[in-house]
Amino acid sequence: MEITMIYYLVPALIMFCCGVYGFITRKNMIAMLISLELMLNAVDINFVVFNRYLFPGQLEGMMFTLFAIAIAAAETALAIAIIINLYRAAKNINASDLTQLKH
Amino acid sequence: MDFVIPLLILAIPLCMFLLLGILGMKMSPKVAGTLGTLGMGTVFVLAYYTAFTYFFSGSADFVNGTDRLQYIVFNVDWLAFTPELVIRLGFLLDPISAMMLIVIPTISFMVHLYSLGYMHGEKGFQRYYAFLSLFSFSMLGLVVATNIFQMYIFWELVGASSYLLIGFYYTRPAAVSASKKAFIVTRFADLGFLIGILILSFYTDTFNFIDMTSNPQGVLASTGGATFMGASVLTWALVLIYMGGMGKSAMMPLHIWLPDAMEGPTPVSALIHAATMVVAGVYLVARMFPVYLVETAALEVVLVVGAITALYAAMVACTQIDIKRVLAFSTISQIAFMMVALGVARPDIHEGLGYMASMFHLFTHAMFKALLFMGAGALIHAVHSNDYTAMGGLRKYMPICHITFLIGCLAIAGIPPFAGFWSKDEILVAVYDYSTFWGVWMTFVAGLTAFYMFRLYYLIFWWNEPVYHHKPHDAPWTMSVPLIFLAAVSVVAGLIPFGKFVTWQGHEYIIHMNVTVATISVIVALCGILLARTMYRKENTLPARVKAFWPWLHKAALHRFYWDELYLFITHKIIFNGICRPIAWFDRHIIDGSMDGLAYVTNKASYAIRGFQSGNVQMYVWWYLIGVLLLGAITTICVL
Amino acid sequence: MFSNILIYFVVIPLLMLGGLALCRNIKQVRAVAVTGSLALLGLSVYLLVDYLAQRAAGETAQMLYTGTWSWFGPLNINLAVGVDGISVAMLLLSAIILLTGSFASWKIDPLPKDFFLWLILLSTGVFGFFISIDLFTMFMFYEVALIPMYLLIGVWGSGNKNYSAMKLTLMLMGGSAFLMLGLIGIYYHSAPEGQPLTWNLLEISRNASISTGWQYFLFPLTFVGFGVLGAMFPFHTWSPDGHASAPTAVSMLHAGVLMKLGGYGCFRVAIYLMPQAANDLAWIFLILTGISVVYGAFSACVQTDLKYINAYSSVSHCGLVLFAILMLNTTAMTGAIMQMLSHGLMTALFFALIGMIYGRTHTRDIRLMGGLMKIMPFLAVCYVIAGMASLGLPGLSGFVAEMTIFVGSFEHTDTFHRVFTIMACCSIVITAVYILRVVGKLLFGPVYDEHHLTLTDATWWERTSTVTLIISVAAIGCFPNFFADLIKFTFSPAIFSVIGMN
Repeated sequence: MEITMIYYLVPALIMFCCGVYGFITRKNMIAMLISLELMLNAVDINFVVFNRYLFPGQLEGMMFTLFAIAIAAAETALAIAIIINLYRAAKNINASDLTQLKH
Repeated sequence: MDFVIPLLILAIPLCMFLLLGILGMKMSPKVAGTLGTLGMGTVFVLAYYTAFTYFFSGSADFVNGTDRLQYIVFNVDWLAFTPELVIRLGFLLDPISAMMLIVIPTISFMVHLYSLGYMHGEKGFQRYYAFLSLFSFSMLGLVVATNIFQMYIFWELVGASSYLLIGFYYTRPAAVSASKKAFIVTRFADLGFLIGILILSFYTDTFNFIDMTSNPQGVLASTGGATFMGASVLTWALVLIYMGGMGKSAMMPLHIWLPDAMEGPTPVSALIHAATMVVAGVYLVARMFPVYLVETAALEVVLVVGAITALYAAMVACTQIDIKRVLAFSTISQIAFMMVALGVARPDIHEGLGYMASMFHLFTHAMFKALLFMGAGALIHAVHSNDYTAMGGLRKYMPICHITFLIGCLAIAGIPPFAGFWSKDEILVAVYDYSTFWGVWMTFVAGLTAFYMFRLYYLIFWWNEPVYHHKPHDAPWTMSVPLIFLAAVSVVAGLIPFGKFVTWQGHEYIIHMNVTVATISVIVALCGILLARTMYRKENTLPARVKAFWPWLHKAALHRFYWDELYLFITHKIIFNGICRPIAWFDRHIIDGSMDGLAYVTNKASYAIRGFQSGNVQMYVWWYLIGVLLLGAITTICVL
Repeated sequence: MFSNILIYFVVIPLLMLGGLALCRNIKQVRAVAVTGSLALLGLSVYLLVDYLAQRAAGETAQMLYTGTWSWFGPLNINLAVGVDGISVAMLLLSAIILLTGSFASWKIDPLPKDFFLWLILLSTGVFGFFISIDLFTMFMFYEVALIPMYLLIGVWGSGNKNYSAMKLTLMLMGGSAFLMLGLIGIYYHSAPEGQPLTWNLLEISRNASISTGWQYFLFPLTFVGFGVLGAMFPFHTWSPDGHASAPTAVSMLHAGVLMKLGGYGCFRVAIYLMPQAANDLAWIFLILTGISVVYGAFSACVQTDLKYINAYSSVSHCGLVLFAILMLNTTAMTGAIMQMLSHGLMTALFFALIGMIYGRTHTRDIRLMGGLMKIMPFLAVCYVIAGMASLGLPGLSGFVAEMTIFVGSFEHTDTFHRVFTIMACCSIVITAVYILRVVGKLLFGPVYDEHHLTLTDATWWERTSTVTLIISVAAIGCFPNFFADLIKFTFSPAIFSVIGMN
């Protein structure tokens, strides 16, 4: 059995949908962050797969993925820092409760 | 004629008004009063000089053979609307304006003099003299007007000075509301006057009296036979102009302000509300008379309104308690006589005798009515009340006042040889020649006049003597001199050969007595006097019995046939509550409400939309997801 | 640029703003305000004399003292100035009212410096508006005049001031939106195909290239845009609330001058540039303004707040201005300009007096006052004079203006115009009713409130303010021909035939 693109894309799609579902339904910010990471990684997989199958011999997809991983790492660090500080201030990291800045 | 003296006649009162109005409070009352009186005295002399020059100098400017001419002394452009329609301020000398130049300064000067005594010690004495000067200026400007718009200007000014003088005692609510009423009623009438002027000047393209009166057929032709609601536009214009006259001259149904105007100081009533301003309406019709002649329908209106008013006012005068109101209604009735005389004047009836008679009556009435009012002022001064119930038997205490008042009553009742007889007789002759019906009507009114005047006379000077706290006595010389002077004039004024001076075309007219009419009118007047004597000479029960005989008529007449109530109903119930308040409500709630509503809707809409901007990222993702899916679905459908 | 005299009408207020910024106490503020206003008054009198001299010398150009300086080339926006008789008269009016307004706010509290800053900024806009002949610059100055009003009412006002300030500003801004649309529309049709577009009024009217269809669209936009400021029914509702809440000097300037911007703009832009549409659509606006005249007067009859009475009376009188402008003939339009002058002066006088009375009695409700003639005779007499001017007593300004309007309006022969003219004439009676009602209640009669007996009469600065205005009102009323001649040239038949009116 030849392993085609679809074997990678379907799990990536499932991963992405899990991420979306998680992001919409979870109230906990850490959980939302994890869902975000899931979506990012699903997209990363797609990049790599498309690069490997459609444009072998080129590296744009790979490079983009590396770039995205780096950004994601930085973003996670930042988000974790904000969440920790929020937790210190409000003893709560539930997104729907943190509405003081809204009004 | 040189323009200096006529100009001074107008300028002196104006300057006096400005001087006393601005600096009056810095002067002592005595200085202010003297200044005002001296100023008016100068005007008196200058005006007599001007009028006598006009009548007697025989200059070619004024007389052509025996015909008197109209002469414009000066005429200055004041405001040009178009090259033809220009308001000019000028000085027109013709028989009637020259006559008024005698009447106004005479009465005005007498009133100035009289007021020195009557108003002595009043607060605002200087202001009073300032207003008197303003009034004299305006009235003189009115009578010498060369064009109808100048007349309108001074017409408004006399209205305003009348307002100020009626409201002189401004702390009294009655005086304030009377002044307000006078102004608004005459203003309403002036609206008609203004529209009349607009219509007339639109067609004739001129404001000048001479242009219109010298060519009345041209005025008629200029309207091109236009009609409006069945009457020709010229009739409309003339009736509307007459409406202005009705307001100022207190004709029905615009008479309601004049009785209330008696709230003003009595000398003011003598000057403005008896002798001068209230005859402005008569003067206006006389001034436009040739134009009225080409449209006799308007003259019919003048006649009918005048005749009804005359009877109405005479009936009301029989029942009033306040002596000034009796005089006020008698004034209305007498002015109505003048109007009737104008209404029946036709060139083919004794060469327009009615016109001459009207002016003659205007002249004599000014003298004897001013006399009566000043006499009433002296009485009020003595007993401190306006009601005849507080008077009685005064002939013993106030001989001068008694004699002069009696002369006034005889004059107004039309007993020869006093002034009123001659002029009223001419009016009756003119009316009888026009129609016997109106002749009998006016003779009856003349009888009523004699009755109510002598009712007043007997109630004041005879009847029963009440208890006087202070013994009444004759007034000081400043008040007696005008009384005596005017009484003397009232005795002799009728002997003036008036037809020589004032006729509608300037032709000389020789008055000849119509013995039948004269006899009838004297008999009727004597009957009226005798009736009054029987009823009121000594205290008796006859008046009460008469009253009980016609209770409804007496009650209605006492309440002036409920005209005031009708007006109150119209102004308060209909105009204030029926128009003004709904409009104000509409403005506050509908117009304002719609603006506020607009703001409200905007506000609400933004609140509604703001839910989308919740700041909740998860919501955003939902919407985003739905959007993506929708777009995807649409794309798929389109591609397939 | 600085050789043109007109520029100084903007430069002086700007210098005053600079001067005010340096002021340290109220005395200096007053000194700057009064000196500056006097300079402006002197300048406008000089302009008037010089203008008349030039006209007498046979100068027939439509606008004098014209000058153009480029501001933003790509869109042809220039600072273009020029005046004719109307503008001269309006400049004089504005200068008088600014001067008297400064005297009337002698004791303004709090923040006198800031108050005058905004007031002078407002008058910069007013003066700039009257000298501009470039539509864009005109609009800019118009906005400059409107915006400070919000702060002036919101900060120094009384009563329900936040609401009023907001309402006034929003409604006038709404009007500006219409106006902006109209002006841009005019700009894009300002020249025939292929020629450079222009904002210049004179050039636009010379080109006469706005097609009739576009005129029908643009005329209502500009007329309504300016009409809102001219308090045209049903867009007048900002006026009662705004005037009632504004401080004295602001009411004076607003009713006295700013509302005139509306009438002036209606003539100068809407009718002058789009005569065809004006001729055809006038009837719509005649109905609205005719309603304004009677409606304002009737509303004033039942108000109890002095300022509301006067504000509704302004609606009535300004309605008459627009009404006369729409009559589209020389006489009526001359009357309209005279009415603007007359109403500007007398309403400023009214508001000044109301402010002075309010400053003493601390109420404006006529039911709570009475017999003031006895307590403050000077102010009361001035009030009576103002009232007499308002109800059209000959010798004061109201009479000549109204009569000119009525005579002019009556030149139309059709029933429609006749009916509306007579309806407008009726307003003189209603005016008498509400004026005398106030005078009778407020000034005459017995003293209502015993506490008022201790109040004092006018101070010297108040006397200066009122006497100046009364003299101006009487000057127009006594020598109307002078003012009629001043503005007549603008409405001369030659000009009318050029812009296609009868």
